[in-house]
Amino acid sequence: MSAPAASPAKRILTKGNEAICLGAVAAGCRHYYGYPITPQNDIPEYMAAHLPALGGTFLQAESEVATINMMLGTSASGKRVMTSSSGPGISLMQEGLSYMAGSELPAVIVNISRSGPGLGGIAPSQGDYFQAVKGGGHGGYRLIVLAPHSVQEMYTLTMLAFDLADKYRTPALILGDAIVGQMKEPFVASPYDPASTAEKPWALTGCAGRERRNVKSLHLKDNAIEVHNWKLHEKYERIRKEEARAESYMLDGATIAIVAFGTAARVSKTAIQWARKEGIAAGMLRPITLFPFPGREVFELARTVDVLLVIEMNTGQMVEDVRQCTPLHDRIAFLGKPCAMPTPEEILERIRLLAGRKG
Amino acid sequence: MTGDIIMAGFGGQGILMVGNLLAITAMEEGKHVTWFPAYGVEMRGGTANCTVVVSDEEIGSPVVGRPKGLLIMNGPSMEKFLPMLTPGGDLIINSSLVEERQVTRNDIRLLSVPADDIARDRIGSRQMASMVALGAYVARSGIVSLSTVFDCLPKVISKKYEKFIPLNVNALKEGAALAGFHA
Amino acid sequence: MSAPGKVGFSKAVYTRPRSLVDVKSHFCPGCHHGTIHKIVAECIDRYGLREKTIGVACVGCSVFLYDYIDVDVVESPHGRAPAVATGVKRAQPDKFVFTYQGDGDLAAIGTSEIIHAANRGENLSVIFVNNTTYGMTGGQMAPTTMLGQKTSTTPYGRDFRGDGYPIRMAELLAGLEGTAYSARVAVSTPAQIRKAKESVRKAFEMQIGGMGFSIVEFLSTCPTNWGMKPLDAQKRVLGEMSEYFPPGVFKERKQADFA
Ligand SMILES: Cc1ncc(C[n+]2csc(CCOP(=O)(O)OP(=O)(O)O)c2C)c(N)n1
Ligand code: SF4
Ligand SMILES: [Mg+2]
Repeated sequence: MSAPAASPAKRILTKGNEAICLGAVAAGCRHYYGYPITPQNDIPEYMAAHLPALGGTFLQAESEVATINMMLGTSASGKRVMTSSSGPGISLMQEGLSYMAGSELPAVIVNISRSGPGLGGIAPSQGDYFQAVKGGGHGGYRLIVLAPHSVQEMYTLTMLAFDLADKYRTPALILGDAIVGQMKEPFVASPYDPASTAEKPWALTGCAGRERRNVKSLHLKDNAIEVHNWKLHEKYERIRKEEARAESYMLDGATIAIVAFGTAARVSKTAIQWARKEGIAAGMLRPITLFPFPGREVFELARTVDVLLVIEMNTGQMVEDVRQCTPLHDRIAFLGKPCAMPTPEEILERIRLLAGRKG
Repeated sequence: MTGDIIMAGFGGQGILMVGNLLAITAMEEGKHVTWFPAYGVEMRGGTANCTVVVSDEEIGSPVVGRPKGLLIMNGPSMEKFLPMLTPGGDLIINSSLVEERQVTRNDIRLLSVPADDIARDRIGSRQMASMVALGAYVARSGIVSLSTVFDCLPKVISKKYEKFIPLNVNALKEGAALAGFHA
Repeated sequence: MSAPGKVGFSKAVYTRPRSLVDVKSHFCPGCHHGTIHKIVAECIDRYGLREKTIGVACVGCSVFLYDYIDVDVVESPHGRAPAVATGVKRAQPDKFVFTYQGDGDLAAIGTSEIIHAANRGENLSVIFVNNTTYGMTGGQMAPTTMLGQKTSTTPYGRDFRGDGYPIRMAELLAGLEGTAYSARVAVSTPAQIRKAKESVRKAFEMQIGGMGFSIVEFLSTCPTNWGMKPLDAQKRVLGEMSEYFPPGVFKERKQADFA
């Protein structure tokens, strides 16, 4: 594996999982904790090889439960910290994620997801959408969730995840899968341009010359926990308003708009290119942030097209959020494939069918 | 030029490496390209494979169900991948290890390359078998230019093994010549 | 605080440790948590660690550590304090890091985290309070509950057939290579308190000297959930508890054997 790229303008053929590491290192992350699980082992392996030389820490924890709590400790110390795992490991982290959200601690968690439930399989899947977006832990919190669909985005969205996590003092999760994790494609190691250089006046560094501080999620007195919940809510509303991101792909004059994220969106692009060649006006809205969900964009889009075709590598999760965003439910169609990538052929076939129905 | 290929064989034959070389070459020629390896349990039992997609347009799926090219370096891979090849597609087999009678389809363009024999007898190292096969595939498909492949060798061969670059060039040329003969 | 002038003393011979916050605690009468907090605060002061300490609170009756000890404190999920402390120490190796954990926290739900922190030789110190029960949740069985002891979830007494045996954590952790120091102490008599302080000092010195993981197990009371008067609770510690959980030093790394 190569060290961080020397010449920023140069394209290098890089694995998605490695691009995540390069993005993390570029963003100043020097602490990584993790536990092995397919299909993301390239990430801990890269970090084990490179972090020590950068003066950082790589630690293979005894479990994902320990992992997320080590992150809690490092984050409370004011340092950028990352882990990566896959479904079963992310499940074990839910307790710690709830604590970190409650304690308002930033961190970046990468889920190179696999099929489930249970041990499931290692095939690419988007079955963890609910867990990522709705929060698998207790108490009602949100994670910022970013969904890369290319090696380039594995890099840039990792850097963004660190910035957003710090800016809002909350954990951010990258939801990928084996396709974007394992594939190599050319990418450019663009220089890190920090969107936030948030000071961390809350960090626990020893109380030299100041009052002692604490980082906690327990609020027993009076209605402190209610107040805290409203504070978190206000933060999540701000995130919704300011951080929603989506790509508009060939939406000009589109009558059929696919809504898909990550790998499903990637495959859809091929189908859209084919459909356009056949004279079908297809396009796509690709949510890049899953929380915050680009709801306004979906709302507007639903009013201008005949069909919103939601495509997911599961039996229907994000489609529920799409339904929430528009009252025009009869315009929503769904193509789902659990634990596998839909092929461009399958998608094109559905597009043709929908075009015929409407045409 | 657009194309895609699945390359498969034993672990240790250098399949992933030649796939990587092909992908880097395509990148250097300014094309869109993806490389996708078998991972996890798929790697158990000593097999290795990867898929390379090259295109003038943005690539959707890096995994292909009906590849236009197939490079088969050992017997077990033949059984697994032959049914997937697009009719009319290119099948390159390492005939040193795979018998031609295993090719049960006649709607494809077969190129038999005794890659291990050539590598051993003419290059002096069986390690070069995959490189011979890649040379044949590149010449047959025209997916990238052979000279760019030569140029890209230093990017996949570490400094330590730099001295073997000429050997690799020869291996690629031997394979390409073979494709020429059969074309 | 006493104002010496007013009450006529010429010299203060006993004062509240600097690192102990001057507030009324929420602990029950006869509970040892308060005494143990004070010992920890005294040892922090002794080595001038207050301004470079990060404490890690657990979930249990001692969760309000940050209200009582005047240092930076991070709260951890139940049982995870050793992992949280690892994250703090790895991020700030020059700081002083300790956890304060109950027996349910450390020896049940957090068994994995404590064993692996010890086994890695994490350079941090653990204050472990064994009161043979879950104090905070109302006196359920802990892994340290004695055989025959009645708790709210062992209404007929703990029976090794089904409930297993009380765990001796200090001995168990002493068996790990990464552990630099492991001791068990009690605080039921002034002499024991002096000894306990010595042990905590040793544990802190291990961390200061970069020797690795250190733990001090305290035999503690929970009069409330034991259903005992404070004095009877002291007797129980001195009697059956000390018999099964003998105080002592089980591991002490000398500089020489630190590979
Ligand atoms: C995951 C989880 N399970 C259960 C609890 C409830 N709980 C809080 S404290 C506690 C036991 C505390 O006992 P111990 O660690 O012995 O501390 P003590 O109160 O006796 O000092 C339990 C079970 C929790 N907070 N989190
Ligand atoms: S419940 Fe027990 S452990 Fe908790 S404060 Fe009261 S006596 Fe102490
Ligand atoms: Mg207890």
